[in-house]
Amino acid sequence: MAEPLIFERSVTGRRGWRLPPSDIARDTSSPPVPAEHLRRDPPALPEVAEFDVVRHYTRLSQQNFSVDTNFYPLGSCTMKYNPKLNERVAALPGFAWLHPLQPAEHVQGMLQLMHELEQLLCAITGMGAFTLQPAAGAQGELTGLKIIAAYHRRKRRRRSTILIPDSAHGTNPASAALSGFQVVQLKSGPNGLIDLTELKHKLTGDVAALMLTNPNTLGLFEREIRAICALLHERDALVYMDGANMNALLGIARPGDAGVDVLQLNLHKTFSTPHGGGGPGAGPVGVKASLEGFLPLPRVRQRGARFSWADQGRASVGRVHGFYGNVGMLVRAYAYIRTLGQEGLSRASRVAITNANYLKAKLHGVLSVPFDDPCLHEFVVSLKGLRAHGVSAGDVAKRLLDYGFYAPTVYFPLIVEEALMIEPTETESKQTLDAFVDALQRIVEEARTNPDVVRRAPQRMPVQRLDEVKAAREPNLRWSAPKSLAAHGSQ
Amino acid sequence: MDYAPQTDTELHEMLAAIGVESFEELIQAVPQDVRQQASAVPAGLTEPELLQLLERLAGRNRALTQVTSFLGAGCYQHLVPTVVDAIASRGEWLTPYTPYQAEASQGTLQAIYEFQTMVCELLRMELANASLYDGASSAAEAVVLALRATERPRILLSETVHPHVRQVIATYLSGAQAVIQEIPSVNGVTDLEALGRALRDDVAGLLLQHPNVFGCLEPMAQAADMTHRVGGLFMASVYPMSLGLVQPPGAYGADIAVGEGRCLGSPPAYGGPGLGLFATTQALLRRMPGRLSGCSVDAAGRRAFTLTLQTREQHIRRERATSNICTNQGWIMLRATIFLSLLGPEGLRELATRNAEKARYARERLLELPWISPGVDQPFFNEFMLRYDSSVAPETLNRKLAKQGILGGLALGPWYPTRAQETLWCVTEALGREAIDRTVETLRKLV
Repeated sequence: MAEPLIFERSVTGRRGWRLPPSDIARDTSSPPVPAEHLRRDPPALPEVAEFDVVRHYTRLSQQNFSVDTNFYPLGSCTMKYNPKLNERVAALPGFAWLHPLQPAEHVQGMLQLMHELEQLLCAITGMGAFTLQPAAGAQGELTGLKIIAAYHRRKRRRRSTILIPDSAHGTNPASAALSGFQVVQLKSGPNGLIDLTELKHKLTGDVAALMLTNPNTLGLFEREIRAICALLHERDALVYMDGANMNALLGIARPGDAGVDVLQLNLHKTFSTPHGGGGPGAGPVGVKASLEGFLPLPRVRQRGARFSWADQGRASVGRVHGFYGNVGMLVRAYAYIRTLGQEGLSRASRVAITNANYLKAKLHGVLSVPFDDPCLHEFVVSLKGLRAHGVSAGDVAKRLLDYGFYAPTVYFPLIVEEALMIEPTETESKQTLDAFVDALQRIVEEARTNPDVVRRAPQRMPVQRLDEVKAAREPNLRWSAPKSLAAHGSQ
Repeated sequence: MDYAPQTDTELHEMLAAIGVESFEELIQAVPQDVRQQASAVPAGLTEPELLQLLERLAGRNRALTQVTSFLGAGCYQHLVPTVVDAIASRGEWLTPYTPYQAEASQGTLQAIYEFQTMVCELLRMELANASLYDGASSAAEAVVLALRATERPRILLSETVHPHVRQVIATYLSGAQAVIQEIPSVNGVTDLEALGRALRDDVAGLLLQHPNVFGCLEPMAQAADMTHRVGGLFMASVYPMSLGLVQPPGAYGADIAVGEGRCLGSPPAYGGPGLGLFATTQALLRRMPGRLSGCSVDAAGRRAFTLTLQTREQHIRRERATSNICTNQGWIMLRATIFLSLLGPEGLRELATRNAEKARYARERLLELPWISPGVDQPFFNEFMLRYDSSVAPETLNRKLAKQGILGGLALGPWYPTRAQETLWCVTEALGREAIDRTVETLRKLV
């Protein structure tokens, strides 16, 4: 089963691709760059034939679970189907083969698409303006926090605290720290929501903003959202919403209408651009109209029927990307939104919520559900009850792989013991959900009768459980040729 | 058109199983006063309608495949072998997520490990991560690392670093207790005398770009030595395609090497998605941002791969993480891995050499025109600066060229006001001799 490394398939002198013959006369009397700049030892890249590459990377691909092949109920990641149509349109030469410094008259279609996408995101979220520049959700958070810092700087005051609920994604405090803020954690109330008393207590004059996720990572809607926004606004502090869970709200509620000031979206979650094994994502940031001047530059502008880039704006937080963001992902998201339309977007959230509640109802009695109100697009179960059998949430996650399901998010949010965070999305059928429930039921049964099979899982994957401790204690982060081979390779 | 498979009957059955009468009961937690009233999203489209719409939008753009382009300046047009698209478009590569469950993600994890090895080889560095967003954010992360590792406040950036990269660094550092100082250039490269005056013991690090924004090769080895003498970190931002020919960062003592890797097997895509390369030394391992795939063993003792050293990362360390980054550019990274496998050391050397030779040919041809002179006299890779006589305005000329399907050298005036007569020309293997000759003839007629 094991596939060797591509380096181990290398045979000196083998080639996988060739340049056409040169069409210019070559001056071979001197190297094209002076000797002092000339590379002396070539990089030890593999030397393989085209077919070696095809077979190797095809075989490696078969060692992956993916949305196309397996149910992927990874909470807060919205692993929905990624339409093939969107791949086709993003590959059109008129989008894929554009240079970012081409004159505006050469890229009118692209600029129109980006401008319309900004407008569509405004319509979907109720925000006043969007930038498409941030390359991922975390970079969107960074951008949003820079906007918040700039807002207070403009008002000539120093605010150094960001309030973050204890149920938040780890990127929230990390982004706040990278932006130079202090993080003060808000303890969630017994219902899993922001506790207004706790909020009022920690809402000092030093608070620049509250970062909240809505619905939160328990899949619960912050029903006091208006009151929360009002409290922050009373102190002229801002409300940042992490829009990672926006798949619950399409056509139901718009963050902008509820009083949110700054919001990032994850196009690779809600708007179906493929996750690619860990990116590229896209993390557009929306702000209410009065904050538009703080958005990164450049901005797409429309004058009559003509589109262009505008790079002036004194209040802007600056640039966060080398050019305009992950444009290839923007094309896919635009295609998705236009395909679904308002009807389809609303139906996506409705079915996502129905799917999550259906799963939760079916799992009731099998596992413990700590927050039993109706959830939105995701929910959290606790496997604390299996501890008596010496089985952990991590063990159950691994055993699910044996049953052909990717594992839910494990041990998160941090406020639930032995948590599994489950997000089915709208694109999974009832039959798939039933099969998943069946698998979890069997695993719980196994945990009681034969816990070892769960603790030693997975058994049906290309490899068994990994030695993570060895990986961290003796970091081996790159391949090196065995000594004898190295001598051979350097000839 | 939407992609949710449930029929109305199924939805009813599911609501019944949940124990509610209607969907509305499931969203009662969403107060009425925040419910959405209206929306301006147009009605949905079927596949043929969507295709027609997007093809029309794409048709309003002039693709690089239809024009002759001399544009580079941070985004380079290189050929993409068919195999890259064929393999990378497999759903098993395109649709998984970050490989948290190692046992079900060995494909991705092994590909990352291979990529890390290739980047180490290409840059001649000890360690590389699984990639960051793009070259610009990699440079910003390098600077953040230098500030934290040295606990010193001053960052030196040469003015020959791409202005967009300097802007992204400025954004990342805004609000931090850090000072950014720009080092001027002389004759197209960083002024080493000015650098010498700026290097004091409060300098966390120096970032140079190589080749720099004017296409010139910088005196990297001298600058690295000078920076090390005051205890600062030397950071190099490089163009990976040049490394088939040009000295890699490890050879001149870089502590951190970054670069934009999109040119390795991915189309320009209007500047993104990119591929942020990030490599460093063993000494800085635990301060490194981003994902790392490590080689370990499984319970049966077989070689296997896993994400490792995750205690540096945001999902464990939260506000004390080395960076807030969560994802990498996985799919673009995979494309680069396939690309570098296909090329191998010899293919990369030939490709880099071809770029350099074509650029030299184009430069000589363009210099035949009496109103064009060399911008500077410095060694270069595939990009070079040319100066026009004061009678020829670069931007006006480019507009005329664009009408004839030629994207001429980038006017540098908007980025460098004192260089209003200077232009930046880039030539890659994608440009044929015939297109270069035709451009020279067109220019002869236009001026």
